[in-house]
Amino acid sequence: MTTRAVGIQAIGIGKSFGHFEALKDISLDIAPGEFLTLLGPSGSGKTTFLMVLAGFQAATAGRLLSDGTDITRSRAEDRSFGMVFQGYALFPHKTVAQNIAFPLQVRGMAREEIARRVDAIIARVGLVGHEKKRPTMLSGGQQQRVALARALVFEPPVLLLDEPFSALDKHLRGRMQEEVARLHGEFGTTFVFVTHDQSEALSLSSRIAIFNHGRLLQVGGPRDIYERPQSRFVAEFLGEINLLPVDEVGHCSLGTSGLFEGARLRAPRHDHVSGRAVLAVRPEHMSVGAEPPANGNGVAARLAGTTYLGAAMRLALATRNGTQLTVTLPSEAAGRVLTGGPDFWVTWSFDNGFLLPEQS
Amino acid sequence: MRNRTAIWPALALTAPLVLFLACTYALPFLGVALWSVTLPELGTGQYQRLVGDPLVASVFVRTFRICLIVTVVAVAAAYAITYVWVRGSRLQRRVIEICIFVPFWISLLTRAFGWLALLSNRGLFNSWMQALGLIDGPLALVRNEPSVIAGMVHVLIPFAVLPLASAMRAVDERVLLAARGMGASRLRIFWSVFLPLTLPGVIGATLIVFVFSLGFFVTPAILGGGRSIMVAELVYLRMFQSPDWGLGAAISVALVIIVAALMALLSRFARLALTGGGK
Repeated sequence: MTTRAVGIQAIGIGKSFGHFEALKDISLDIAPGEFLTLLGPSGSGKTTFLMVLAGFQAATAGRLLSDGTDITRSRAEDRSFGMVFQGYALFPHKTVAQNIAFPLQVRGMAREEIARRVDAIIARVGLVGHEKKRPTMLSGGQQQRVALARALVFEPPVLLLDEPFSALDKHLRGRMQEEVARLHGEFGTTFVFVTHDQSEALSLSSRIAIFNHGRLLQVGGPRDIYERPQSRFVAEFLGEINLLPVDEVGHCSLGTSGLFEGARLRAPRHDHVSGRAVLAVRPEHMSVGAEPPANGNGVAARLAGTTYLGAAMRLALATRNGTQLTVTLPSEAAGRVLTGGPDFWVTWSFDNGFLLPEQS
Repeated sequence: MRNRTAIWPALALTAPLVLFLACTYALPFLGVALWSVTLPELGTGQYQRLVGDPLVASVFVRTFRICLIVTVVAVAAAYAITYVWVRGSRLQRRVIEICIFVPFWISLLTRAFGWLALLSNRGLFNSWMQALGLIDGPLALVRNEPSVIAGMVHVLIPFAVLPLASAMRAVDERVLLAARGMGASRLRIFWSVFLPLTLPGVIGATLIVFVFSLGFFVTPAILGGGRSIMVAELVYLRMFQSPDWGLGAAISVALVIIVAALMALLSRFARLALTGGGK
């Protein structure tokens, strides 16, 4: 059972509610068969964009193409994309099997064919034995499986998922993420997934689109976005990051450098910054030592506290002028380092730093 | 222990109501029940007349027939009205609130006379139709069963609107969106999703309207004009027009038992609807 996946092209999509602009000029190509995550804080417009894709809300500007066909004005019931809602939106008066059969009945499929397909998908999502139960008798994870089965049973060209894991506890969430990733691989359908959880986005997606205040800030692969964010917002939203304010930014053949507390710190070349900027380094890319680093990329800081996290240890430090730094080290390495102190050198590799504009 | 301490203030606070009902309702009703087996002589003779007397039996049959029709019409109309009230535009909601709930505060008697003014031989409808030359003589629009039904439906619709509205408001909007997303038409969504989900409200509204309609007195008395007598009017006639207190009392007791049985049924359905049978 493999579905023909469809690519979607959004061109300058806008959505206004009165004077409030929920989406501003969103242009995004969704490739056939990809797992695209729309990531952003609440109110960023990611869910509104999903609703526009589904056809539940009409865009007030721009066009939407599905494999080249204009679907901007087509109704949700005609687009027939699969959708998994936050809270699942199962039919409470129907059994598991009846819930899953509904989209097939709507399509006027023969009774035996419906039964065959429902049985097949119930087996694939691991709900055998629950066919005759009502949704209220199922656990959260089981309801989630029913919602997935109901959205996939009619082999939609696109599956839209609106924060499907928000109601699950952490353990179950991990299992359902694997399940969704497996179903994506098996069905080959285009998945568009909305979440505000950056670790979920990083682990599941083939690409991530970051939203904030109704704008699309950056689109790219998880590694690309995590390691080369183009703005402070993206850098900070994807995970903890150290931001060192620098000035006298200058470019040379080796890269870009800036002055921080009297020391010139270097990073790969970033032509779009100048004057004042921030140098960003992820905590796990930094290390701590007693001696100044040979490559010159280091700042003196005093240890302010440590947090034990099991596999890793988190060190809170402050530089001479009071800039807060966070460094995560493997617990074993941290143990060795912390015998000295409290004054250390925080260092990192030239490649792991990047310069971002001061504003945004 | 905590429960025990919490129960006494609750009892103390509700006691006045219980006492009030006992004095003004339970005791007098026991008196009526006593009449039904003592007047004019001791025995169950009056209850045998309930079944045996063709006049009494025919009034009971007519009452049930009228009440069934009234219930079906009122609940169906209330369903449509409530649907627009809950899901319509702001303007539609305002119009419905005015049309449904303003008459709700107006006396039953006033509304029955209103219908009379509209439908009687020299009423608005007949005089306008005659003035327009559409009819030669007045149509007999009152003093018959249809006018009783119309008047009762009018009174009872608000009672059906309230339970239906709470059922409709409880329907999760996303469930309806989900059905649309799967390609279902509006009609399909209504029949396979919206109606089944609001069925507990329909059952509640049906029982409430039916129970209320059984005891109707003013509306059928005025609009029926003595021609289509219902049970409550029969009780009145037996008590005040002819010295037949025993029969009147027996009919009252029978009516109270029927209503109590229906109320028990109603509370069972209401519990079912609450504990997840429907939602």
